[in-house]
Parts: sequence; C-alpha cells; structure tokens
Amino acid sequence: MTTAILVSIVMTLVAASTPILLAALGELVVEKSGVLNLGVEGMMLCGAVAGFAVAFSTGSTGLGLVAACGAGIATAMVFAVLTLSLTANQVATGLALTIFGVGVSSLIGAGFVGRTITRLGPVFPAALSEHPLLRAVFGHDIVVYLSLALVLGVSLFLRRTRAGLILRAVGENDASAHAIGYPVIAIRYGAIAFGGALAGLGGAYFSLALTPMWADRLTAGRGWIALALVVFAAWKPGRLLLGAYLFGAVMTLELQAKAAGITWLAPELLAMAPYLATVAVLTMMSIGRKTGRLDAPACLGKPFSAS
Amino acid sequence: MLEWRRRREPSPAMLYASPLIAVVLTMLIGMIVFTAMGYDGFHAVRDIFLTPFLEPQRWADLGVKAAPLVIIALGLAIGFRANVWNIGAEGQYIMGAIAGTGVALATYDMTGWWILPAMALAGILGGMAWAAIPAFLRVKLQVSEILTSLMLTYVAVQGLYYLVRGPWKDPDGFNFPQTRMFTTDQTLPVMMEGSLVHLGIPVAVIIALVAWLLMEKTTAGYAVKVVGLAPAAARHGGFSADRVTWATLLASGGLAGLAGLFEAAGPFGQLTPQFPTGYGFTAIIVAFLGRLNPLGIVFGGIVLAATYVGGEIAQTTVRLPQAATGMFQALLLFVLLATDVLVRYRIGWKVRAA
Repeated sequence: MTTAILVSIVMTLVAASTPILLAALGELVVEKSGVLNLGVEGMMLCGAVAGFAVAFSTGSTGLGLVAACGAGIATAMVFAVLTLSLTANQVATGLALTIFGVGVSSLIGAGFVGRTITRLGPVFPAALSEHPLLRAVFGHDIVVYLSLALVLGVSLFLRRTRAGLILRAVGENDASAHAIGYPVIAIRYGAIAFGGALAGLGGAYFSLALTPMWADRLTAGRGWIALALVVFAAWKPGRLLLGAYLFGAVMTLELQAKAAGITWLAPELLAMAPYLATVAVLTMMSIGRKTGRLDAPACLGKPFSAS
Repeated sequence: MLEWRRRREPSPAMLYASPLIAVVLTMLIGMIVFTAMGYDGFHAVRDIFLTPFLEPQRWADLGVKAAPLVIIALGLAIGFRANVWNIGAEGQYIMGAIAGTGVALATYDMTGWWILPAMALAGILGGMAWAAIPAFLRVKLQVSEILTSLMLTYVAVQGLYYLVRGPWKDPDGFNFPQTRMFTTDQTLPVMMEGSLVHLGIPVAVIIALVAWLLMEKTTAGYAVKVVGLAPAAARHGGFSADRVTWATLLASGGLAGLAGLFEAAGPFGQLTPQFPTGYGFTAIIVAFLGRLNPLGIVFGGIVLAATYVGGEIAQTTVRLPQAATGMFQALLLFVLLATDVLVRYRIGWKVRAA
C-alpha cells in the first residue's frame, strides 16, 4: 500500500518537474551565451496554445509537441531580433514577450476553453508502464525521458565540446570573442532559438500531458520559476536537474496536501508554496554565495554591437 | 543598400516621435493580424484606438481606467530610470487594496471624514511593505528584484483569494467570495454626478506633476538618473545606489498600493476574486510608452486606457474576443521597443567602399 502511494508520488513529482526543467534548461543555454530572456513564461504559453491547437485539430499529440517547439522558436526570434539586431533593452523586451504570450495564448485559446485532447501517453509497453512498481521508472511519457537526455546533452555540450566553449566565451566576454572572430550575434541567435524551443515544449507539457484540456494562463508563473532555477543552479545543468525536481517536490507536496484534505491550512495558502519557496531559495543562494556575482556569465544582459 | 547608422547623440525628435510612430504602426499591424484572423480588422482598430476618444460619453471611462495605470506607471518609471526593475507592481497593487480594505472592514460601523484618508494611508503602506521585501533582498543580499517582486505577486493573489473566501467573507453575502460593500465614508467621492469619475483621477494628475518636478528639478531625481545611467559615476559622486534602490522600490510600491486602494474604494467598492485585473503589468507598458517621463506617462496611460475601453466596444461591435486587448497592448510594447532603434540609429544609404 505504501509503495503504491510512493510510486504515485514519484509520478506526480516527475510530471510537475518536467516542464520547469525544460524551460530552465533552455534559459540556461541562453544565459550562458550572455543573454537574459525574461520572456520564458510568454514562450511557454505560446508553445502551450500552439501545441494544443495542433493536437486538437490533427489529433496527433506528437505533432502538437513539434508545433509547440516551433511556436517557442518563433516567439524567441521576435525577442532575438529586437535585442540582438535592434539592441533593445533585454529586460523590457523579455517582459514584453511575456505580456505578449499571455495575450496571444488567451486570444487563440479562447476558442479551445474546455475542449479536451488525448493526453500524451507513456512510451513503454503496458507491461512496464503499468507495472505497479516499475512504472515509477518506465511509466513516463517521451518528454520526460527527452528532458533528462537533454540535461545530459547540454551538460556535455557546454563542458566537453568546442562549440560549447565558444558559446560560453561569448557569454563571458563578448568583445574578446568578437575580436578573435566568433560571430557573437549569430551564436546568440542560436542560443535564443534553442531556449525558445525548450520553453515551447515545456509549455506544451502543461496542455498536452498534465491537463489534457485548455485553460487560460495554465502555466501559472512556472516560466518565472524556471528563471529563478537557473540562478539556483548557478548555471550548471546538473544542479538544474536537482533544483527542478526539488520544486517538483514542493508542488507535489501542495497537491498531496490538497488531496489528503488538510483543512487546517487553507488551499490558497498552500498554493503560495512554490512562489515563497522560489524567494526563499534565491535568498539562500545569495547568503551561501562565495563570489560577488554568484556565477553568472559576465556579459549577462549586456547588449553587444560590433562596431 | 540601406543601412543603420549609429547617431552620435540620441535624437530628441525621435525620442518623442517614436511612441507616436509605435501607436500608428500597432494600429496597422493589428488591422492586418485581425483581418487575417477573420475579424473586421479595420473596425476593430477604429473602435479600440479612436472610438473612445471620439465619443464624449466614453471620456469618463477613459479617466477611470487611466488613473490607476498612470499612478502605478509613475512609480515604476522612477525605478526603471535607476535600473531597478520592479515588475511586481500587480502584487503591491493588491496588497495596497488588502491593507486599505482591512481598515474599511475595521471601521464599517463608524462614520467620519478620517476613514478614507486612513484607508489611503494603509493602502500606501501595504504596497510599500510588499515592495520592501524585494528592496531588502536586493540591497542586503543582491537577490534580483525582478524575480522576487514577481513571485510575491502570485503570493498576493493567493492571499487575496484566501481573505475573500475565508476570514473577510461578507457575513451577509449569501456565501459569495467577496467582502462587505464599503460605506459612503469608505468610498472615493465621485467628481461628476452620475459617472464613475472619482477622486483618483485628479490625484493621478497631481502625482504626475510632483513626480516630474522631483525627477527634473531636484537632486534626488538627479541621483536616480545617475545611478541608472552611470553607476560608477554615481559612486564617485557620493550617490548611494542602495538608498536609490530602497527609495525607488518603496515609492513604486506605495504608489501601486495607493492605486489598488483607489480601485477598491472606487470602481469595485469591495474586494472580490476578480480584483486583480493586471493593471500592474499594463502599467509597465504605460511607463515605456511614456518614455519613463512623468508627463509622457499621462499620455501613455490614456492610450492604454483606450485599449481597455475600446476593447470592450469592439467586443460588442465586431465580436472581438476580450483577450484581443491584451494582445494589442503587448504588440504596442514590442513595436515601441523596435521603433526605439530610431532614437539611437538613423537609416542611410550604404556608401560603397572603393
């Protein structure tokens, strides 16, 4: 009996962690290249609505996921053109992207409110995915395994490959990278596109896997939590994985407490938990830091123009 | 070939022209997008951007919508000037309303002229208190105020839900999740008979003038700008960045709190779960459209107010969904940020190198 509960807790935890992990991983790469894109929440919402719309009209959840990545990239490109080519302020543009995503998703989503789709199912055959114990490992959908593979991939890319080294160089010292001939702007375009794709995918996880139904603003600020996670992880993919699952645990706790019918704590106060946890974690990171600027890439948020 | 050339000095003409260009471009893009989506794009844009100004009976509504936007944006703009990014004004707006409502509920069986000022004071303090958390964390621990102020917005929204569904629920309200209605002494006086035009509108204009004087004519305003533009110079000049962070966050929090109280004691007349309307986020667009200049913000507030009022008109005339308003607002900010490039660059013909 207890194992059944434990397994179900693991399932909820993984599901709650995956979208933030994806969005945060994308943002980590973006920030490593020296760009601060505050539009994660907006890109997630655009991915969520595009994914849902395509899945609803074609009946294919897989196509929905692809469309979500596409929508994430498209919105990220708006940010990239404004901040990289037109050197607009990154903070303001990122905020605009979030406001835009909220508006567009609820405009397009208005026609889908209450509609349902077939949820993203587990990858492995029923023998494994519905096994009472093994389903904790094999019972997840493709996006979960993809997210874990991506953590490994990004980690190796940043630490072990030449391209990853160049990306980090661009983020640490754009002027020098430019001087030795690396295309700073092009590399940042690439990083922002990657961040957009993952944010879109993370957003679609809400509308295609967690709740197979469209609801307005269904990401509920998870994009902002993803941004905080990147700080928590000190820009390291491994720690990001840990952080995302810690947040997943906080959210699971909230859901479990609600399900268990805890009455001495109002549901609204429980719903505050992930946001308060984010503030607490950011605070603890700063108290525990050794260097002055945490471990942020040196050029984070600074505009670059080759002149 | 056309090319962008960096101007030696930012163009003052473009500084003021680009918001206007942005509004016109937004109208054009909006027209195309909504026509493509199968709506009557031309009439949608006309109803959103022009009808509110052309029909005098809409002016009161414009003022009512513009007042909170202007009050919040004035505070935000001062912070943005100093590179202090308070994006949690929505949370401070809600906390202001909650604090003011607390006073209202404590005094519901009392009368007196002092009740409304006490509520306003509580509103300001509530917003300030909520902004003090990101201020403290940024000054003492270098925690990004962007993330903390935004996270606290979600906390404030849940706090509001908790209060109106729980301890503050109207005992005579048929179990609806809302507080008691405010009494006459707890409601903003109406300035024009038979309209919603309340005291908040002239107050917004006065605050704009004060903010303009403060930013343009005092050392404090100068300190804010120097800290934002040249932190190193500010240190040499003896301006404390920490004090500017505290001051700008408290000012923007206090103003957002006041706006929240005005909204609660004005158009709403009570607290309900529908209270968070996103003014705190829209005010960010107002601040940028107004070029972070207090007088420009009055203009920006009126334009954004028109998108709300006009959005409602377009809902009935061309059946535009309510969400279209939000998209127009975001589009405006994008276009504005894009046209900003004209301030710093000019377009010229590329001269071929021999």
